[in-house]
Amino acid sequence: MSYGLLLDTTRCIGCGACSAACKEQNELPLPIEERSTAYTWTTVQPSAGVNVRRMCMHCLKPTCVSVCPVGAMTKTAAGPVVYDAERCIGCRYCVQACPFDVPKYQWDRAIPVVGKCVMCAPRLAKGEATACASVCPTGATKFGDRDALIAEARGRLSREPGRYVDHIYGLDEVGGTSVLMLSSVPFAQLGLRDNLPHQPLPGLTWNVLSKVPDIVMLGGTLLYGIYWITRRRELVRRIESASAIRARAAQEHGRPS
Amino acid sequence: MSTVPLAHPRPAPARRWPTFWEFVLGVLVIALIGITFVRFSRGLGASTNLSDAFPWGVWIGFDILCGVGLAAGAFTVMATVHLFHLTKFEPIVRPTVLTGFLGYLFVVFALLFDLGQPWRIWHAMVYWNEHSVMFEVAWCVMLYTTVLSLEFAPIVFERFRMHRMRALLHGINTPLVILGVLLSTLHQSSLGTLYLIVPEKLHPLWYSSWLPLQFYLSAIGAGIGMIIFESHLSGRAFGRQLEMDLLEPLARVMVVVLAVYGVLRLDLLRHAGVLGTIFRPDYESRMFLVEFSLGVLIPVGLLAWERVRRSPTGLVVGAASAVLGFIMHRLNVSITGLERASGTHYVPSWMELTVSFALVAIGFAVFALAVRHLPIFPEHAPADHEEGALEHGRT
Repeated sequence: MSYGLLLDTTRCIGCGACSAACKEQNELPLPIEERSTAYTWTTVQPSAGVNVRRMCMHCLKPTCVSVCPVGAMTKTAAGPVVYDAERCIGCRYCVQACPFDVPKYQWDRAIPVVGKCVMCAPRLAKGEATACASVCPTGATKFGDRDALIAEARGRLSREPGRYVDHIYGLDEVGGTSVLMLSSVPFAQLGLRDNLPHQPLPGLTWNVLSKVPDIVMLGGTLLYGIYWITRRRELVRRIESASAIRARAAQEHGRPS
Repeated sequence: MSTVPLAHPRPAPARRWPTFWEFVLGVLVIALIGITFVRFSRGLGASTNLSDAFPWGVWIGFDILCGVGLAAGAFTVMATVHLFHLTKFEPIVRPTVLTGFLGYLFVVFALLFDLGQPWRIWHAMVYWNEHSVMFEVAWCVMLYTTVLSLEFAPIVFERFRMHRMRALLHGINTPLVILGVLLSTLHQSSLGTLYLIVPEKLHPLWYSSWLPLQFYLSAIGAGIGMIIFESHLSGRAFGRQLEMDLLEPLARVMVVVLAVYGVLRLDLLRHAGVLGTIFRPDYESRMFLVEFSLGVLIPVGLLAWERVRRSPTGLVVGAASAVLGFIMHRLNVSITGLERASGTHYVPSWMELTVSFALVAIGFAVFALAVRHLPIFPEHAPADHEEGALEHGRT
C-alpha cells in the first residue's frame, strides 16, 4: 500500500493550519513564510483567485532520488520521499533538478542541509495520517491510499465537472506523484508546470549513464587498438629514419670533407 | 636517460617593486582569504547571489564547467602523441598536461567553495548512487585528477632526478593515457548529461538530448583553442616563438571539430523546431547568437583560411574566440538558459566573481612558476622537434 495526499483548491479556505501543523510536527523554526523555504515545507498561496497548497509531490519515480550523488534521497514503499541530512554534501543538484522546485537549501547556515516535506514518514510508520491532513478543517488535504485517492478525485470530477479543471495533477506528470491535485483554475496559473512529460525524468539521464560500461569497454579496446596499429607504424618509421641517418653518416665518412 | 636542463635559468632578481600582475594577484589572494572566511562562517547566502530559485551559479557555470572543458587539451594531446603516435606534437605535451592538471585543481578548489558541506566530499566514495550523473562527475573528477597528477609527475621526477620513479610511471604510460582519455570522454560528456534532467527548465536553444555529445565535441575544440592561446601567452611571457608548425595543424583539427559541432548544434535546433527563433530580438536568442558567433562562426571562418592560420595573430585571435565562445556556451546552458524558467535573473555577487578570478589568477601564477622551475618547454628549437621526439621515445 502506497500512501498519498489529495489536495483540492475548491475546498481550501486558506487557514494555514497545515503549515502550522507541519512546523510543529517537524520542529521547524517559525515564522511560516509566504513561499516554501528550507524551514517552511508547505505553504498556502493565494493565486488566481484560489488557495493553492504547495508541498513536495512525492513522485513515484523521483528526480531528486536519481540525481543525488550520495543517495541522500529515498523513495519509501509507503510513499514518502525522505531525506538523510547526514549524507548530504550540499551539491544542490536536487534543488536544481526537481520539476516541482521543492527541495530548498539553508542558504543562511554555515553548515547547511536541504529542507523538504517528508510526508510525515515517522507518523505514517505509526499508522497515523500526515500532520497537515489530520488538522485540515475542510478536507482540502485528504490522506489515504493513492489508488483510493485517484478514485476519489475521479469521483469529484465526474460529480461536479463544472467545479474543476478536468485534470488530476500528479496522476501522470513525470510518471505520477503520490500527491494529487484538483483545481478550479488551470494549474499553470497556480505556478505549477504544465509542460512536464509523462515519463519519469530519471530515464533521461539513465539513458546515457547506463552506457558508461559500454563506452569504457568499447572505447578502451578501440584506443588500445589504435595504439597497437600506430605504434608499429611508429617503430617502422623510427628504424627507417635511424638507418637513413646511418646511411648518411656512412656516405659522409666515405667522402672526405 | 638525459635530463633536460631548466628552460630559462634566471639570476635571482634584486629587491624590486612588484609588477602590475603580481600586484593584481596579491590583491586577489588577500580578497580570496577574506571571502573564504565569510563563505565558511556565514554560509552561501552571505557570500553568493544563489537562491532556491537559482541554486547553481558562476562557480558551477564557469569554474566547474569551463575549468573541466578547457582542460580537455590534455587528453586530446596525450591521445594524439601517445596513442596515435603523431610524435611531432611531443613538444606541446608538457605545457598542455600542466594546463589540464591546473585546470582540474582549479575545479577541485572551486568545488570546495560551492559545495554546502565540502568536508563531506568523501561521501561520494562510500555512498553510491550510480543513477546520479553527479556521482559519475564526482568519480571522474577524483580519478582524472589522479591520472593528470601521474601524467604530470614525470616532469617533477625528471627535475629532481628521481629516475627510478620516472621509469616506474613510464612503464604504465599506455594504460594511464587510455584511462585518461576514457575518463575525460565520460567527464566532458557527463557535464552535459547533468542538464538532461531539466527538459522543462532549460531553454530549447540549449536543451537537447544530445547535450553530452555537444559538451564533448565543444570541449575538444576549445581544448585545442586553449593550447594555442596558452602557447601565445607563455610565448609572450617567456619570449618564445609560437610553434607555428605544430599549432597550424592543430588549428585545422579545431576548425573541423568546431564545424561538426556547429552543424550538429544547428541541426538539433532544426529538429527541435526552434531554428527560426535564433534571430528573435529576445535575451536568449541574442545570447545564443553571440555564443555561436564567437564559438563557431568566427574561429571556423577565420581559421579555414590558410593565410590566417599561418599568421600568429590570426591563429591566436581565432583560438581566443573559440575559447570565449565555449565559455559563453557553458554559461548559457548553466545560467542564461535557466533564468526564464526560474523566474529570476541571476547576477553573480562580487564575492563569487572574486573567488573565480582569484583561482584563475593563482592558476596562471602556478603555471608561470612551474614553467620557470620545471622542464615544461623543450630545450630544442621548434625545428628540432623530430629528433627531440625520437630521443624522448627512447627514454
